[in-house]
Amino acid sequence: MNIISRRSALRLIALATTVLSAGALTPVSAQERTSVKIGYALSLTGPNAGGTGITTLPNYQLWVKEVNDAGGLEMPDGKRLPIEVVEYDDRSSAEELVRALQRLATQDEVDFILPPWSTGYNLAAAPMFDRYGYPHLAATSVTDKAPEFVKRWKKSFWLLGGGHDYTSALAKVLVDASDKGVINKKVAMISIADGFGIDLVTAARPSFQEAGIEVVYDKTYPVGTTDFTPMINEAKASGADTFIAFSYPPETFALTQQVQVADFNPKVLYFGVGTAFPIYAKNNGDAITGIMGIGGIDATSEKVADYRQRHEAATGKAPDYWASVITYASLEILQEAIKRKGLDREAVSEEIATGTFQTVLGETKLEDNQLRDLWWAGQWQNGQFVSIAPADRPGASQPIIPRPERK
Amino acid sequence: MLTTTIISGLVLGGTYALIAMGLTLQYGIARIMNLSYGEMIIAAAFLAYVLFGQWGVNPVLGLLVAVPLGFAFGYLVYGLMLRPLVARAASRESLEIDSILVTFGLLFVIQGAMLVAFGSNYTSYNYLNVGIDVFGAVIAANRLVALGLAVVAGGALYLLFTYTLWGTALRAVAVSPRSAPLVGIDVNRAARFAFAIGCGLAAAGGVVISTYQTFTATAGVVFTMKALVVVIMGGVGNILGALSAGLILGLVETFVATYLDPGLTLAATYLIFLAVLLWRPAGLFGRSSR
Repeated sequence: MNIISRRSALRLIALATTVLSAGALTPVSAQERTSVKIGYALSLTGPNAGGTGITTLPNYQLWVKEVNDAGGLEMPDGKRLPIEVVEYDDRSSAEELVRALQRLATQDEVDFILPPWSTGYNLAAAPMFDRYGYPHLAATSVTDKAPEFVKRWKKSFWLLGGGHDYTSALAKVLVDASDKGVINKKVAMISIADGFGIDLVTAARPSFQEAGIEVVYDKTYPVGTTDFTPMINEAKASGADTFIAFSYPPETFALTQQVQVADFNPKVLYFGVGTAFPIYAKNNGDAITGIMGIGGIDATSEKVADYRQRHEAATGKAPDYWASVITYASLEILQEAIKRKGLDREAVSEEIATGTFQTVLGETKLEDNQLRDLWWAGQWQNGQFVSIAPADRPGASQPIIPRPERK
Repeated sequence: MLTTTIISGLVLGGTYALIAMGLTLQYGIARIMNLSYGEMIIAAAFLAYVLFGQWGVNPVLGLLVAVPLGFAFGYLVYGLMLRPLVARAASRESLEIDSILVTFGLLFVIQGAMLVAFGSNYTSYNYLNVGIDVFGAVIAANRLVALGLAVVAGGALYLLFTYTLWGTALRAVAVSPRSAPLVGIDVNRAARFAFAIGCGLAAAGGVVISTYQTFTATAGVVFTMKALVVVIMGGVGNILGALSAGLILGLVETFVATYLDPGLTLAATYLIFLAVLLWRPAGLFGRSSR
């Protein structure tokens, strides 16, 4: 049994009183609050740092800078409170992410939490946001299960659509082209045996079947594959006019180079994540003209062009052509909802779900906690990754099929 | 079809061999299990990227800068961080554990420095990305450079180790670090050299790989793991072992991807790894343990 000395007992009492009195004072200081605490845990290091550093972190930095330069977040009474950021690195570990979120909610007691990057991490984070009652604006999560998730986690918002949306849109682009007689209805596709690739290829098979497209080559490859020569050779021999790879950035870059080396020129080339990265254009120059991928931006929108300029000026790098603008719009939605409802998370979540917002995307309104006005497919044209599907949405560009031959 | 598969397999294997040779020297002769090996590769890749992007220095010339830098870095690291461990190590096992811990720390230092300097973005550039016809198979020129470098470096080191006194001394240290001093070999110096050469080779690998592979500041561990498989398979400390194990892995992966299923390449890698270890526990070229 431990004997408690008088000194340590005194120390304990002193500590306890300080903590308790601090606790008792909290309501008072809340009225005189001088800032809004916004927290996030992102993969700043580890394998996910690449994607986080392109799509998520720069947008958070840009938004915080813009808000604070304007004097802070506007409250319903017109007062402005500057943002105070609490940032954690989850080191690309989902366990670490969950711990950090817990810390943000219980120890740092931040007012709002911004979501992590990627589908998987947002799924890992969703229960935590729900448990602590924070609105969860998942701007980088592609999932077909969003309608179920919003029932389970009432304050979750899914802003990037589901795999099936992207593959049906792609199927439609291909069918339209084959109806015009420019390509045959055969597709060769490969996919990475990991989250995104599995989701997309599982969605693609039924999408293509419904559209009457024949998949003549369909293989998966493991994470870390660097040499695609065998697959490219098979695809070349398959007689398909369309080659699709549901790939992650390293393979997207490798494939782009390797199809050039192999002189493989299918009429439609479609790659996965990474196609919409600005660095993709920088590294490959004209060789990427006509390559399709997920996402795309409205090339006619001045707001988007202005956003891209501000992004580059503030962070020193260009945003990607897919989820970046959605991420930024999600922050604008949050900002506007706070302006309307204050810092009450319940009311803010309600406002996000039901309100209509003016964002970089134009007038934005969520349906059943999801953003459905999205661009499902894009194509590199004249140095921009422009949106080509849905073709009937204003701002869509005409797809160029067959893609121009490389010089 | 068959020739294409063999040639692309050899070219892929060249990359594996190239990244494994430095590690086999460090682990085999200096007895340092260098966990930061992959980070050294990435650091060299960034160096090549900067040289090429900023000053337009062609990566093959970049080797002339990167390899001496890598060597000097390894020489310093060994002297400052690893030498004290060697001096106090009671046994080979304790040195292994200590060196793993220290280089694990070094991994994060190098990685952190690269994150600060370059951020976490995917980095790549285009150099020699043109197809070359080799016996009917179209191969990227930059990958051929990697294979060439692996064969040349591997061959040169093998000749050095086999036919020079200096190389024989290094091998003696690898075989028996306790007896080597008895015949007048400065074990410390030999180990330091081997470690530095290993870093030089890592730098060479990094420069060449950067011409065709996308890398990030945090991708080093992938290279370390691949190199480790090749090293263990080929026999620790054996240059020819690393070279042939790398080529075998490349061939197996390409054959499986072509004739079976691309999804099975990883499984095949570890299957052949297991098979080699069961058949020859010390690796293809390894001597059975002392």
